[in-house]
Amino acid sequence: MRSTGKLSLWLLLTPFALWIVLLVLLPHVQMLRVSFQVRESWDTLAFGVEQYRNFFTESYYWRTFLRTGVMSLFTTLITLLIAFPVAWYIARLARGRAKGWLFLACLVPFWASELVRTYGWMILLRESGLFSAALQGLGWVDGPVEMLYNDVAVIVGLVYNGLLFMVVPLVTTLEGMDDNLVEAGYDLGGGHVTVMREIVVPWAMPGIVSGCIVVFMLTLGSYLTPILMGGKDSAWFTGQIFTQFITRFNWEQGAALGVLLLVLSSLIVWLGLKLTGQSLRKVMG
Amino acid sequence: MIRSVPRSRWFNGLYLAYLVAFFLYLALPLVVTAAFAFNDAPFPSLPWKGATLDWFIADGSEGRTGFFHDSGLLAALWVSVKIAFWVTLVSVALGCGNAVLFERLDFRGKEFLYLLLLLPLVIPGVILGVSILVFYSGMANEVARAWAVELDLFRPGTPLVVMGQVSFITTLSTLVIAARLRKFNPQLEEAALNLGATPLVAWFTVTLPWLLPAIFGAAAMAFLMSFENFNTTVMLTGSDTPLTVALFNRLREGSTPVLNAAALVLMVASALLAALVLRRGSGSNA
Amino acid sequence: MAVDIDLHCQDLVRRFGSHTAVNQVSLEIPAGSFFSILGPSGCGKTTLLRLLAGFDRPDSGDIMIRGQRMNDVAPNHRPVNMVFQHLALFPTMSVGDNIAYGLKRRKVPAAERRRRIAEVLEQVGLAGMEPRFPQQLSGGQRQRVALARCLVLKPTLLLLDEPLGALDLKLRDQMKVELKNLQKAFGTTFVYITHDQSEALVMSDRVAVMRDGRFDQVATPEALYREPATPFVASFVGDNNRLGGKLLAREGELAQIALADGRAISGRLADTGRHQAPAIGDRAELFIRPESLVLGASAPGHCTLRAQVRTTLFDGANSRVEVEAAGERCYVRLPQDGSVPVPEEGSSVTLAWDPQLARVFAAEAS
Repeated sequence: MRSTGKLSLWLLLTPFALWIVLLVLLPHVQMLRVSFQVRESWDTLAFGVEQYRNFFTESYYWRTFLRTGVMSLFTTLITLLIAFPVAWYIARLARGRAKGWLFLACLVPFWASELVRTYGWMILLRESGLFSAALQGLGWVDGPVEMLYNDVAVIVGLVYNGLLFMVVPLVTTLEGMDDNLVEAGYDLGGGHVTVMREIVVPWAMPGIVSGCIVVFMLTLGSYLTPILMGGKDSAWFTGQIFTQFITRFNWEQGAALGVLLLVLSSLIVWLGLKLTGQSLRKVMG
Repeated sequence: MIRSVPRSRWFNGLYLAYLVAFFLYLALPLVVTAAFAFNDAPFPSLPWKGATLDWFIADGSEGRTGFFHDSGLLAALWVSVKIAFWVTLVSVALGCGNAVLFERLDFRGKEFLYLLLLLPLVIPGVILGVSILVFYSGMANEVARAWAVELDLFRPGTPLVVMGQVSFITTLSTLVIAARLRKFNPQLEEAALNLGATPLVAWFTVTLPWLLPAIFGAAAMAFLMSFENFNTTVMLTGSDTPLTVALFNRLREGSTPVLNAAALVLMVASALLAALVLRRGSGSNA
Repeated sequence: MAVDIDLHCQDLVRRFGSHTAVNQVSLEIPAGSFFSILGPSGCGKTTLLRLLAGFDRPDSGDIMIRGQRMNDVAPNHRPVNMVFQHLALFPTMSVGDNIAYGLKRRKVPAAERRRRIAEVLEQVGLAGMEPRFPQQLSGGQRQRVALARCLVLKPTLLLLDEPLGALDLKLRDQMKVELKNLQKAFGTTFVYITHDQSEALVMSDRVAVMRDGRFDQVATPEALYREPATPFVASFVGDNNRLGGKLLAREGELAQIALADGRAISGRLADTGRHQAPAIGDRAELFIRPESLVLGASAPGHCTLRAQVRTTLFDGANSRVEVEAAGERCYVRLPQDGSVPVPEEGSSVTLAWDPQLARVFAAEAS
């Protein structure tokens, strides 16, 4: 029995190790290495921090970097605020069939790809789009209105992309809450706001954190939506990484930007977990 | 708040209005995209010029080429299907093994390895693509320079896309299957052993059937995620572009209702796949 | 009025669709008493409790607490606190924070709060447990925290929804006594609902037996046991034997019943209040407690019945003999002090009882 235990452990551990080492760990180590390589001539490389110096000296890089970070946090917050009442309704107020249908309705948009969803918003928001036509039809505006290609449009699109990933973990944690907890909150004299703040939110914290992490990661790493819906001034950091790799073929610079983005995302996720007292295992596993 | 606590009429009304607005927000872009696939005009915008199926079935003879005759998009669709097939196969197989590894076995360093398992969830998709590009394509460059051997496998293209997608979809399929395995009562397996089954037979006759709904669910999810993925894929794709990237390239040239038609076909196909899985899921739970 | 009435309910009705969960219930609970509502699951007792707490609204009828109408008062504004069935301790708060929750809502200053929390924890025997979390406590300790969380607010009325159900038998017996003592010490009016008749009998000053949304009888535990008002109360409260037949004759308060095989037995007609007494020839039921049945010996004036011994059930002081008489199964208490020989299985014995200890009811149409 002992030997078969050992054998099955190795049989299962090997594919896991191959996957995590070959597809996740090694590539990231290599990316880190490349980001510190400076090309001296076409075939000689030296260690150096030139790429990182570029990042800090060229304001275009770090401004976009900060913008991307701040807008991602903002998008995550908005998504949470929009999703919470919906998740609450599905988890606690809807009953029987209605509950199933509403939950399904939240999933439906995500059977379409991010590209399709973004395309839908473009058709709605652009100058020749539906909203513009509707406003003209109502006589509120005289000519076509361009609502695409600005930061608000980008956030609308990003929030839309993140909603599902916020609603699902929220519904899951809120469903696990006993109605009696909320009733006890009122019974002991609490009002709506108190019960929400002191009982519901602490209870739902694992779901809130899990949803926020996923939405934040999706938003920060998003490429399509900011590129297609953003204007000339609304550059996204992933766009710059793409440019370095695919257009300029400057892998060293691209790798450095990639490392920086990874550091930013890890830092914010880590901070979020620390501030809320949650662990990655608890909220994601 | 909850049903047993009194709420004012006002609050109820506002809440209901909010929910309606939310679901409208959810449905609007998709409904509009689908509707314009049938507009008899060269651009997907108002005014409505009447209904047509041209954007699906026109064969190009009258200046319009429908989705089903658009060889570029059809080729891209085929590439997407191939990629999704391999990604599903590999990530679900890995997911099954990982789920058993973490739910049923105990070994040193398990906590640490579990954190590694979750790691791809907190790496932006673009970075996953970039790092794999740097590692494998860079390796192919080095090998070509040192030994003049071409490692086409590691150049941007379908294999690299599959690797890039497997890197994070495996985590998701593992979590789906592990969640079901956690609810499995190990006593059932012990009962099978007690009734004379070998461990392997017990696994295939008792545990695997229990896991099947989760495995189907994970497979459908993996297929959809792969099919729809853009952020990782765009970094790794070569000349044989999958559908989302091909649509993106078309979109940058300007939108035509063919894109709407393609989008509608994608939506319907995903919905059918999802419905199939939901049906199976509810059937096996009953 | 001699005593203050803490809770007064008048004709409470609560319907769910066509099902009437609470049907014309009226009750009065004097201040400082321990009142239990006893009934099988589904009898409507939980619904009644939720009406009192304010988590549900009656379709008609009034709820008055200390003379004030509560029907339209939200649960967080009622002078009523509840110990939930599964306690509903907030898992994200420590014991101290759980108890502080209600005090904070009343804007009690922090120092005063700390003092009162320490005091109430002392009273329930958990002094110094403030920093612990509910998950770290034993079942009995959690129970006391849930009580303390309510009692610290000094409610007019404390509602308890079968809080002992989750405990194991031994601990439950212990907590019964403790709850009673705590109630006396705090002097708070308790309304306790349970399906466990022993909990109700041990702790309560008065018990209401509830069935199908109505109260069958409201009385002291002893009165319920000795003078049940309905056949349901007779069979639900305590062990009882039921013998069915036809009413043969009445002599004063005694009634004679003919069993299915023609033999006659007698017992006292029950004081059924609003329920109707049976007429001659009606179907009637006689209830006699196992401890009132005597094996073998018969005293003058006693009524006797031959029965077959089926089996002996040894259970210490609760040991009983199972016998069959006139096609019905009966249990007879078997004293373990050696005063009665253990009868052989299959043998024939004589059961005797004092008719004054048996109760006769009109059979319920069912």
